[in-house]
Amino acid sequence: MSPQTQNTGPAVNEYEREPVPAAAQKGWRSFLGMYAGEHTAGTEFVIGPLFVAHGVGAFDFFAGLILGNILAVLSWGLMTAPIATSKRMTLYYQLERICGYKMVSIYNVVNALMFCFLAGSMIAVSATAVGIPFNLTMPTLTTWLPTSVGWVLVVLLIGFLTTLVAIKGYNQVARFANVAAPWMILIFMAAALAILPELGVTRFSDFWAVANKVIWTGIPLEGVSKFSFWHVLFFAWFCNMAMHIGMSDLTILRYAKSWKYGFLSFSGMFIGHFIAWISSGILYAAFLQSSNFSTEFAPGPIAYGAAGVAGAVCVVVAGWSTANPTIYRAGLALQGVFPKMKTWKVTAWVGAVTTIAACFPALVMKLLDFVALYGLVLMPMGAVIFADFYLSPRYGITQEMAYNRNISFSYATFFTWLITLAVCLGLNLGFGIDIFFLGLPGWFIAVFTFLILSKTIYPKGKEALV
Amino acid sequence: MKILLIIISYIGLAMSIVPSVLVFLGKIDMQTNTTLMAVGMVLWFGTSPFWINKKTDKDNAADN
Repeated sequence: MSPQTQNTGPAVNEYEREPVPAAAQKGWRSFLGMYAGEHTAGTEFVIGPLFVAHGVGAFDFFAGLILGNILAVLSWGLMTAPIATSKRMTLYYQLERICGYKMVSIYNVVNALMFCFLAGSMIAVSATAVGIPFNLTMPTLTTWLPTSVGWVLVVLLIGFLTTLVAIKGYNQVARFANVAAPWMILIFMAAALAILPELGVTRFSDFWAVANKVIWTGIPLEGVSKFSFWHVLFFAWFCNMAMHIGMSDLTILRYAKSWKYGFLSFSGMFIGHFIAWISSGILYAAFLQSSNFSTEFAPGPIAYGAAGVAGAVCVVVAGWSTANPTIYRAGLALQGVFPKMKTWKVTAWVGAVTTIAACFPALVMKLLDFVALYGLVLMPMGAVIFADFYLSPRYGITQEMAYNRNISFSYATFFTWLITLAVCLGLNLGFGIDIFFLGLPGWFIAVFTFLILSKTIYPKGKEALV
Repeated sequence: MKILLIIISYIGLAMSIVPSVLVFLGKIDMQTNTTLMAVGMVLWFGTSPFWINKKTDKDNAADN
């Protein structure tokens, strides 16, 4: 999973408040390549190993990934892309037309904060590779606080450079990401292939037996919770929830010539979220074997062990090329809230928050939970867009309420967001339902609540009650 | 010149994956593999920036 990294930079970031015209629409090749590159990122070096650490069984892992990824592709193809190619507007403008610009400002702040933490985790991942020559003490699965002064210094250095580049040269980063993407995918595969003999796989026919016995054993590491088929399925489906069901990718897919291009997300799902997760899982299993089940959890040394300098560089590049546009995008989101503040200042503040967050390895160790939370928190706004597009006319609710009735802050949307997250929190705390499973009931709660509240607070044909 | 750069780039990519296949098949050792992968990396990043983005821009233009 990753934020939007390629072909979506400011150079093509036009039509902010108008539909994308036919002349600016793009063909299928742009989307195929973009999705493949975008979803092979620094996070993949963490997610694959975490599934191994959480003791997922081999069948559960493969079956969960295949089904979860198919559901994710269907979500893009059947939910996001039809709205994107019908309206052809950015997520932010679409939301503004439904819930008003003041409400969008709140969304932007939350979104930016999530981006900061995501970028922070990627800086921490890069630090594990940069720290190799300095013999840094690497974090373990249970490490939440900075491991040493050296760790903090390396993180600060990477954070500073990443922020500087985000301020100065986003376009060059986007172009560098285009160069790095095909190489990174090959490094993932190559590193895993080369390490397989150390795990006892010398022929492809050996793979399944070794996968069950050594890699995805079904037994979690000490102190780590056990994950099942359902965890893998829902994580694979919802790790990009903010993008598909949450509708962030309206901004990208509005350029698609056909709504069917949403299905091209399969390239990202089955390269990044399948091959790369399998590969990084294999690398981690080999590390566990060679280190006698050390609890150290550091993607840099793991990749270095399997692919040498190229592996370590791959971790740095993957982490950096994810963190950089994420910081940039967080800056953009916040600039909508503070329009008078200069872009570089906003980005610098975002970079500072991100770097401080990156000092805490907890962001890496809890990446699965954070990614699930990130999707869950932003999902209700996607549900609102879905309900507004498909259901509002059917239930006598004004479409694009804020735009058509001159509302700057939609209480219906605000309370939909709050109620949905409150119910999800209640399900989590009260009934012990894992965060990975909350997105599905949460989406129905959001749609239902939005329709009820819109109908009640803003009855059609009358002035708004609030 | 551009053709030469593209050829070198693809040699770099090949050097990133083929040695690992050879390790898997037991034909070369891990040390040789990591060295070849590092060389492949240098070849790829040393040459592909000169043509890959131009190709992407051209593809995008063709799409439009």
